[in-house]
Amino acid sequence: MSSVAEKIDLSLKLTGHYNEVKEKLFEGSPDIINNQRKKAFQDFIMQGLPTRKNENYKYTNVQPSFAPDFKYFHSREQKDVDLHEVFKCNIPQLDTHLVLLQNGWYYEGNSQVGQLPEGVILGSLGQVATSHPNIFEEHYSQLADTSEDALLALNTAHAKDGFFLYVPKNVVIEKPIQVINLMQADVDAFVTQRNLIIAEQGASAKLIFCDHTLNPKRYLSNSATEIFVKENARLDCYITQNQHNRSTSINNIVIRQERDSTIKTNTITLHGGLVRNNLKVILDGENCQADVFGMAFLDKNQHADNFTQIIHAKPHCLSNQVYKNVLDEKATGAFAGRIHVVKDAQKTNAFQRNNNLLLTDEATMQTKPQLIIDADDVKCSHGATVGQIDEEALFYLRARGINEKDARLMMMNAFAHEVVQNIDVEPLRERIDDLIDKRLQGEISRCHDCDYNCEC
Amino acid sequence: MEEQDKILNEVTQGEYKYGFVTDIETEIIEKGLNEDVIRLISSKKEEPEFMLDFRLKAFHQWQKMEMPDWAYLKIPPIDFQAISYYAAPKQKPKYESLDEVDPELLETFNKLGIPLEEQKQLAGVAVDAVVDSVSVKTTFKETLAEKGIIFCSFSEAVQEHPDLVKKYLGTAVPSTDNFFGALNSAVFSDGSFCYIPKGVKCPMELSTYFRINAANTGQFERTLIVADEDSYVSYLEGCTAPMRDENQLHAAIVEIIALDRAEVKYSTVQNWYPGDKNGKGGIYNFVTKRGICRGESSKISWTQVETGSAITWKYPSCILIGDNSVGEFNSVAVTNNHQQADTGTKMIHIGKNTKSTIISKGISAGLSDNSYRGLVKVLPNAVNARNFSQCDSLLLGDTCGAHTFPYIEVGNKSSIVEHEATTSKIGEDQIFYCNQRGISTEDAIGMIVNGYAKEVLNKLPMEFAVEAQKLLQISLEGSVG
Amino acid sequence: MLSIKELYVSVEGQEILKGINLEVKPGEVHALMGPNGSGKSTLANVLAGKEEYEVTHGEVTYQGEELLEMAPEDRAKSGLFLSFQYPVEIPGVPMVNFLKTAVNEHRKHKGGKPLTAGEFLKLMREKKELVEMDTQLTNRSVNEGFSGGEKKKNEIFQMALLEPKLAILDETDSGLDIDALKIVANGVNALKSENNSTIVVTHYQRLLDYIVPDYVHVLYDGRIVKTAGKELAMALEEKGYDWIKQENGN
Repeated sequence: MSSVAEKIDLSLKLTGHYNEVKEKLFEGSPDIINNQRKKAFQDFIMQGLPTRKNENYKYTNVQPSFAPDFKYFHSREQKDVDLHEVFKCNIPQLDTHLVLLQNGWYYEGNSQVGQLPEGVILGSLGQVATSHPNIFEEHYSQLADTSEDALLALNTAHAKDGFFLYVPKNVVIEKPIQVINLMQADVDAFVTQRNLIIAEQGASAKLIFCDHTLNPKRYLSNSATEIFVKENARLDCYITQNQHNRSTSINNIVIRQERDSTIKTNTITLHGGLVRNNLKVILDGENCQADVFGMAFLDKNQHADNFTQIIHAKPHCLSNQVYKNVLDEKATGAFAGRIHVVKDAQKTNAFQRNNNLLLTDEATMQTKPQLIIDADDVKCSHGATVGQIDEEALFYLRARGINEKDARLMMMNAFAHEVVQNIDVEPLRERIDDLIDKRLQGEISRCHDCDYNCEC
Repeated sequence: MEEQDKILNEVTQGEYKYGFVTDIETEIIEKGLNEDVIRLISSKKEEPEFMLDFRLKAFHQWQKMEMPDWAYLKIPPIDFQAISYYAAPKQKPKYESLDEVDPELLETFNKLGIPLEEQKQLAGVAVDAVVDSVSVKTTFKETLAEKGIIFCSFSEAVQEHPDLVKKYLGTAVPSTDNFFGALNSAVFSDGSFCYIPKGVKCPMELSTYFRINAANTGQFERTLIVADEDSYVSYLEGCTAPMRDENQLHAAIVEIIALDRAEVKYSTVQNWYPGDKNGKGGIYNFVTKRGICRGESSKISWTQVETGSAITWKYPSCILIGDNSVGEFNSVAVTNNHQQADTGTKMIHIGKNTKSTIISKGISAGLSDNSYRGLVKVLPNAVNARNFSQCDSLLLGDTCGAHTFPYIEVGNKSSIVEHEATTSKIGEDQIFYCNQRGISTEDAIGMIVNGYAKEVLNKLPMEFAVEAQKLLQISLEGSVG
Repeated sequence: MLSIKELYVSVEGQEILKGINLEVKPGEVHALMGPNGSGKSTLANVLAGKEEYEVTHGEVTYQGEELLEMAPEDRAKSGLFLSFQYPVEIPGVPMVNFLKTAVNEHRKHKGGKPLTAGEFLKLMREKKELVEMDTQLTNRSVNEGFSGGEKKKNEIFQMALLEPKLAILDETDSGLDIDALKIVANGVNALKSENNSTIVVTHYQRLLDYIVPDYVHVLYDGRIVKTAGKELAMALEEKGYDWIKQENGN
């Protein structure tokens, strides 16, 4: 089948599905969410399911991932089993406000959230839309530009539930909030999850997102997250992706920063069949700082594509980006990073780096760092490298008596650690360092030492 | 040193110096493009069958193609039927001696600083002068012929060396390669041809000088350079055009084929009319340049100084097929006022141990946009491939843009690809320091810009380097303060 | 030569100089001393014409002309030389090229002919000896990769080439070891004549052992609070600046 025919085919299939389940989509959702569906779906139709002819998807073919017949979850599934019994995060000493989501839906039996400061709203997106309509309406779908990305449009058309967090003015949440997204279905499943996070002026919070597949069924997860970081607020967002090799994970994150705010994101891809992370950060006030990190550790036929856009819309902001890939066996990695300094965003400092290690001749890396600069008083740089471990450094270590295998491990650990060290939650950082070390030593390294993870 | 100072002193006017029109009789065919026009061009040039076939194949493909829109350029719609596809100085198609050349034309080249009389020539440079896509004179032909070097107009090569042309034409840039490449393949009227035989080091620089003169015409020339085993040649290209209010289209092709251990250096100083301060007029420059390092240990290097044209769309590339072959791309691109440039290179590593280097220096001023776009692709079998890219942008003023779009695709583990890019502006403290030593702001910027571009300018042959430095300064006149 | 009257200067809205008065006659050497942040460098930069300094009040005449009206390069060409406290690096611009342009601009201003390459190289050799400049340095880009001491020597070397009427040395001595200090001072002394003047901005008295000033001024909080002969510098060396601060109510 030609790719064009396939594209039309799959887009038609999704259109057919939308029309078929339209009533279910609108049912039980408040108008604020429903009002976005029609335009979003039109935007999806206009763009169609992306092919590699689309410049933004040049290095990732999402078409095959959409081919299977999936089960959708257009309403909350009632389950008798206690999810907390099924899944336990086993990172030692990781003390968090724990939230579970199942197949894109906020789990009603969440019992480990714990005590949160007054005024904080944490819960199901669908429910908060009804219980706090003012806050919700002011923010929902304000950042997600459905005309820019077909999959973001598809998410907005399908969105029913997900994770919601509101941190009021000057409230600091000390403990990290951990959001665990579990995929668990008895047939192949298509999961849509929509998150909304708002940090008001002077607020501060740390978020940890963990994605897990709980059985070997095929999963396609299309999630979208909008994050508002207001004046002088601070938000850290750590994402660990740990899904099996037959799963596809598409993540759209859009962050808007107001003046004096700081964000940090760190996306660690440990496992996944096909992973596509779209991250857009808009520095929309003076004196903002954005630190954006990511690292993918891939083998077999895994594919990860990190696609970032950092938009410097106001002067005096700083952004740092470091993305790394270690690619083993037949894995393929892609990175596209764009720094856009708009006109008059003077005194911008924007830096980006993408370093990649290829461990075999079958692995492939494609990288596309871009600078679009429309202001003159700026300091911008990007660098990209694809290669192997520095032989000279390796030799130096060996000359000091370290055997080659250990020296190599040491170098690769150091390579990865530069990204991992930017996780400010110590137990999580240690776990990831540990996982990477195990992975490098050739051991199986899954975040969760359970048997329902499957290599497939 | 002496030269550099002369340049600084010479530069007093920031205007385009080459904007005059020469009044020579020109033969222009009707505007428009169809199969008949292509047959007409081919028959005017008394071409053999294979050439007509080549053109028609390209034309039929072109009809199915669309203007590329992926570049960071705002290209106004071009009416391809409103262009005349053949214009030539009316005279005999070939000149037996210089006396037969239209004196107006000789005067033109003298004004451009390119005397065609051999005794006045710069020592060591042979020139093929092309006006409105037709070669008017090739100098030093006999001297070169003694070594077996063929250096002549493309038309002449088609007549006298059809086997060579047939063997290599379209091997680096296939007739259906891209929209503008296909257009050129269909309608190109002339250009230069060069063949360096086995083991011959070309004793002088070869040079083509392109000049658009006629109005309402496009210029479509084609250059083919073949360097046989163990040969060497350094090739220069320069170009200018009159100042006209309407835009003119230039869609050229340069093909280079380097066989075993051959080396080709190709240098360009592109100074087509850029349009006036308000963005009116100027040349649309859509050029396909590609070299194939077909032989082992062969080397092709592109060096370009791009200061002219309203729009530049140009990616001189190297296909590194031979093991141990080397590709280089060195570029300085200046945009000022309303100019737009989207330029860069492709380095395709196919052979083992292939190496490529990219140095790109963009300078933007005024309301211009200047983009680097490049692809470094390492195929799985290209083991031990190595690439280093350095792409810097310098901004003068806050109304211009500088953009960088590199693509890197690596398919094996033994290769190393490195890309670095920076964007900066000329620092006020640097200018003040120069001011304090009595150097004016304009001169200070000239010095800093030449310093910034030095790495690339140093790669140019001497005569060109001087011209290029002058050009940089002129192109940026009035952009600060 | 130079006459400063009631000069007030602000940087980004903050007033740094608050009424400076200073008279410099041909042949004189003035030392300008004072604690950190008193405005010494500001004064030097204002005289050279740096843009971010805003003159809110006062006037400066230099050789009978309104100095503040002149462009920085015109000030330079009419003989005002600033030896920078932190000379900037200009990558890619060769020293030789830079210096020759500067020298010839000065000559042009005086109505002279530009030097040929040969003449210029000869001149450079002569002046290099004066400050014991390493020949290697002039082959580099302007100030690029120079050590702190080399940068300062380079400033004096440029001063020797440009033969200014009024030289302002902004902390040219700071960070220099004693040998380098002597070389710099010898350079300055060799260039001294009854027709030109020098303003030495410094923190330390030791430079004044080698460059003997006619007047020593103490700048404090944007004003000249004390003026005396060479002995003032000695007193400052012994007692520090505290007594000045006390006298001025701090």
